[in-house]
Amino acid sequence: MLIQNDLLLLNVKDLPIPPQAWIVRWLWLIPVLPALAAGVISLLKQRFRTVSSCLAIGSLSCSLLLSIAALSYVIDTRNLLLHFGFNPGFHDIVDFTWFRFGSSTVDLGWVLDPLAAIMLVMVSFVGLLIFIYSVGYMAHDENFTRFFCFMSLFAGAMLGVVISNSLLLLFMCWEIVGLTSYLLIGFWYQKPSAAAAAKKAFVTTRVGDIFFLLGIVWLFTQTGTLLFYNHGVGSLEGLALVNLLSQHAGLGLSAAGAIGLLIFAGAVGKSGQLPLHVWLPDAMEGPTPVSALIHAATMVAAGVFLVARVYPLMSIGAAPHGTTAALTVVTWVGASTAVFAALIAVAQNDIKRILAYSTISQLGYMMAGLGLGGVAVGMFHLITHAFFKALLFLGAGSVIHGCHEEQDIRRMGGLRADMPLTFITYAIGMLALCGFPIFFSGFWSKDGILEAAKHWDISQGPFYLLVFGALLTAFYMTRQVCYVFFGQWRGHEAAHESPKVMTLPLAILAFFAITLGVIGTPAWPWFHAFLENRTASFSWHGFAEPGLGLLMLMSSLVVFLGLGLGWRLYGDKSPKPEAPDALERSAPWLWAPLRDRLYVDEFYGVTVIAFYAWWARVADWLDRRIWGGIVAVVAWLFGLWAQLNRLLDIDWVDGGFDKTCEELSSGGGLLSRVEGGRVQNYLRILAAAVVALVAILLWSSRP
Amino acid sequence: MNVLAFPILTLLTVLPLIGAAIALFSGRHARVVALFTTLACLLLSLFVWTRIPADGSIGLVERAAWAPSLGIEYHLGVDGLGGLMLVLSAIVTLMAVDAAQHRVHHMPGLFFGLVLTLEAGLFGSFTALNFFHWFLFWELSLIPAFFLIKLWGGSKRGPAATQFFIYTMAGSVALLLSFLAIFYATTSKDAPGTMDFIQLTQMAASGQLAQMVTAHLGPVMPWLAVGVLAGFAVKVPLMPFHTWLPAAYAEAPSPVTMLLTGAMSKMGVYGLLRIAIPIFGPQISAMRTPLLFLAAATVVMGAWAAAAQTDLKRVLAYSSINHLGYCLLGIFALAVPAAGAAQQANQAAALNGVILQMFNHGLTAAALFWFISMIQFRSGGLRGINDFGGLRKPAPVFAGLMGIALFSSLGLPGLNGFVGEFLIFRGVFPLSWIAATVSVLGLLVTAVVILTVIQKVFSGPVPERWAAFPDLHHGERMALAPVIGLMFLLGLVPQLIVNTINPTVQYLLAHWRF
Repeated sequence: MLIQNDLLLLNVKDLPIPPQAWIVRWLWLIPVLPALAAGVISLLKQRFRTVSSCLAIGSLSCSLLLSIAALSYVIDTRNLLLHFGFNPGFHDIVDFTWFRFGSSTVDLGWVLDPLAAIMLVMVSFVGLLIFIYSVGYMAHDENFTRFFCFMSLFAGAMLGVVISNSLLLLFMCWEIVGLTSYLLIGFWYQKPSAAAAAKKAFVTTRVGDIFFLLGIVWLFTQTGTLLFYNHGVGSLEGLALVNLLSQHAGLGLSAAGAIGLLIFAGAVGKSGQLPLHVWLPDAMEGPTPVSALIHAATMVAAGVFLVARVYPLMSIGAAPHGTTAALTVVTWVGASTAVFAALIAVAQNDIKRILAYSTISQLGYMMAGLGLGGVAVGMFHLITHAFFKALLFLGAGSVIHGCHEEQDIRRMGGLRADMPLTFITYAIGMLALCGFPIFFSGFWSKDGILEAAKHWDISQGPFYLLVFGALLTAFYMTRQVCYVFFGQWRGHEAAHESPKVMTLPLAILAFFAITLGVIGTPAWPWFHAFLENRTASFSWHGFAEPGLGLLMLMSSLVVFLGLGLGWRLYGDKSPKPEAPDALERSAPWLWAPLRDRLYVDEFYGVTVIAFYAWWARVADWLDRRIWGGIVAVVAWLFGLWAQLNRLLDIDWVDGGFDKTCEELSSGGGLLSRVEGGRVQNYLRILAAAVVALVAILLWSSRP
Repeated sequence: MNVLAFPILTLLTVLPLIGAAIALFSGRHARVVALFTTLACLLLSLFVWTRIPADGSIGLVERAAWAPSLGIEYHLGVDGLGGLMLVLSAIVTLMAVDAAQHRVHHMPGLFFGLVLTLEAGLFGSFTALNFFHWFLFWELSLIPAFFLIKLWGGSKRGPAATQFFIYTMAGSVALLLSFLAIFYATTSKDAPGTMDFIQLTQMAASGQLAQMVTAHLGPVMPWLAVGVLAGFAVKVPLMPFHTWLPAAYAEAPSPVTMLLTGAMSKMGVYGLLRIAIPIFGPQISAMRTPLLFLAAATVVMGAWAAAAQTDLKRVLAYSSINHLGYCLLGIFALAVPAAGAAQQANQAAALNGVILQMFNHGLTAAALFWFISMIQFRSGGLRGINDFGGLRKPAPVFAGLMGIALFSSLGLPGLNGFVGEFLIFRGVFPLSWIAATVSVLGLLVTAVVILTVIQKVFSGPVPERWAAFPDLHHGERMALAPVIGLMFLLGLVPQLIVNTINPTVQYLLAHWRF
């Protein structure tokens, strides 16, 4: 990239260099507008419902228009550069210094490149559709205003993650995205399960984030900058990458690999990969538009986007047909998550939980795609998935709304008659998710990943895992659709179709679930070329690649097999809600662990959570008994010393003094008798003295 | 070098004492007197902040001879570090006086008089540059704190106040002995010994101090360092010398707790930066590993002990220990001898982070204890974590503002708690990656603790008795708005502080020797 940029500069020297395009200079408006709208809405009282929804939808619409302008700018510039024969790889950046420490600076900035442009349009478009849908869905909620405040803040922060040119700014927006996710999962905070789910989501993603933070400070220390691109001296550019590659970090990893893995840990948390996936199903406690926007289309995709963003860091040092340690880990984690979650999805009965596990599984596909085939392969699935998953969630929301807040699929049924629009759009989304051949975008994006897996030289393990996952996906989606839309109605009140404000977004998303595939087929891989800085022309020869036809056929067969198995077991039947599931009857030993989510939550409960509570008690005990005990012992010793002193003082010193005084006193008492004042005593003594004196005089005058 | 021909630092220190004297006799109006005094002090301290020298050296110096033969001199001065602490003390005291609205029923004159005396002690110790003068104010702040806890505190205030006083005093005695030894060692037949911090720093940097001490007293320099560290280890606190803190914070009336956590704990960190590291650098560097271990333990065990508490004030008290542990981590990590250019960048990051964290934690912790005092007042004295539930419904504004303060304490980017912690980790990771990796656990555990507080207090169904929990009224909102606004401002525009303290950081690092 560095060399290519230099070439660009050398040749373009003679051309007049245009000033930076206005869209790049004003790119910051895209995240800031929704964030400002959130700020304004937060100051409004609850009754200003129309104002707040208009502010939210209006600001996101402006962001969408700006994003489309950004995308067309990128496309135009690329075409221009290609026309002149230059390599169209570029990153239009604007950097600024946030503050200094010592003689270094902390810089932030934003970047406009193909990756950012695509994500901007996707996030703002899907977001806008979901905002419009929410006007209908949340119409009866008393906290309508607050909902749009949080959603707007989320949109702003997510768009900030996308355009960020600094890993630090990305992290900051990432954390704010986590905050809004917390606030929105716990939106109905009076439900204890919702409050608990919100806390679980934040804490689980925080586990990943602390590794992410270590990666950030390590990268900062090593390269001196956190900017991705900075005219050659950014942390993802030539010099820095070579530097990182040459440093060893233990365990056979280079610094680049270790930092890449630490950053990936953050992505594991945010994108619900194994083993930090446990928060996503619980996050379904939030309102369905939240599940659609945050936990399907965008926030969870942020982890995939992050890996795509730092891809140069994770891929540097790979041998020609090999890969790096970091990407190998990404691939295996993705592939195992894909299968693990798909297995659990087979045995769930809540319409949203099935979709939640499906999302985890598909995120695994995306991660595996990144590891196996590069940025374009993973990102294509991210984009197509955003549309059909949002469609499925909004459709589920329509179903829940129509069934009077029922969420158990065993109590639904026959809805294709009562809710035709919802049924058609949901079926389109479901087929796209399964990867039904040719007409649905999911087929093309998933096949891209399978193709990359087939050509992976390290191992074919991920390929087989992903194919198995595709089978499971078709199976559980068929099961869900059969339970919900086929058979007889098993609920209480009659179901009704949803209002236009909810079904229109469904239709628009369905349209894209079908047509988006067009930009990523082997005949015209426009999407991949766009992200990888190549040209793409339409040519049927794209299908002539060896093995491709066979692969497409095989994956189609797997999908049909899954659909067929699902129909066979669940078909047009209408089991009673209390009756055991068809699969449960035939394989109860399999059903129970799958229904109980393979006991991961229970495992964490007895290990991590139990340790946390126990160690908290240990810390408290150490404080009270040990450190506090030592202080108490010292205080007691001082007390003892004080008692000893008192003993010395009162009993010995004082006592001795008192004794002496007594002696003196009694002596004095004796002596005082001499001065008694009684005349008889004086006469007695006088008489005795005269006698003694006469005796002495007589004795001394002897001759 | 004093650019103003006016002893402003002396004025700043004396102003609260005058206010205290007036408040003492003002009876019911003592709070108003205190409000005016603290406001005036805040404006004055902000003025001092704008007059700090741009090159990071010590400015606004005032010197006068006091008792030269004893090495005692009236020497005041302030640089970026000291100036920031003055502003923090002024803000926290103003917040404490504001929070004392309902808390003080008997002897308000004495209460606010003592608070203002404490403020004077804070100002004095952050500006003093001679040990005697500094020690005088160090102890001066202790006595009002003792009486404030003892006379207006909770049910177990007696033992808490006594333990707080004696424990801190024991550390101070060790400090005093070490400095007397220094004084004795630096006495020669020509000149009396010195207790001046600047002079001693220079002597320590050139190695002269160690020579003199060894010549006069033998190889006791490491013990003198231990004595000095002991004084600050108790004050900050460093585990395991922290056991006085939870009881003192819990039993003290909330306005006093705000002062304790917001400003008084910073006296210890300031002392480390002004006295211990500059004068005893090589000795501390030699003890770096055990000190880093203790700092990391303070971070991790402090956060974890918070998880086991049921009294909200104790939860926040242990959380304070955790946050101050980050400061200690940064300080001990940067004590590496012979730092090259790369290490200097790391040291600068750590030191900037420490100073930022001192200010940000002081602000956030004081705000949190203010919120606790509001809860306690509205609940009739209850403040257990399990006593409440669903308060967000009757009191959404309260929940929102306290939530912002709690997330700032958690270190959410965009609020003031993040930048200091980020810089500390940026600095400590290359200086000691083990200490940094262990300490990130503290970030995780703190997140769990704070979210648990939010979950138990604000979420869930509202019990019958809290259905009428009053929300913040207009006056409280007005009082809290600038504090919350400052949290956002410093989170998004940290340059406001960093631009002034960074030159001081560079100056200090240039003059420290390890």
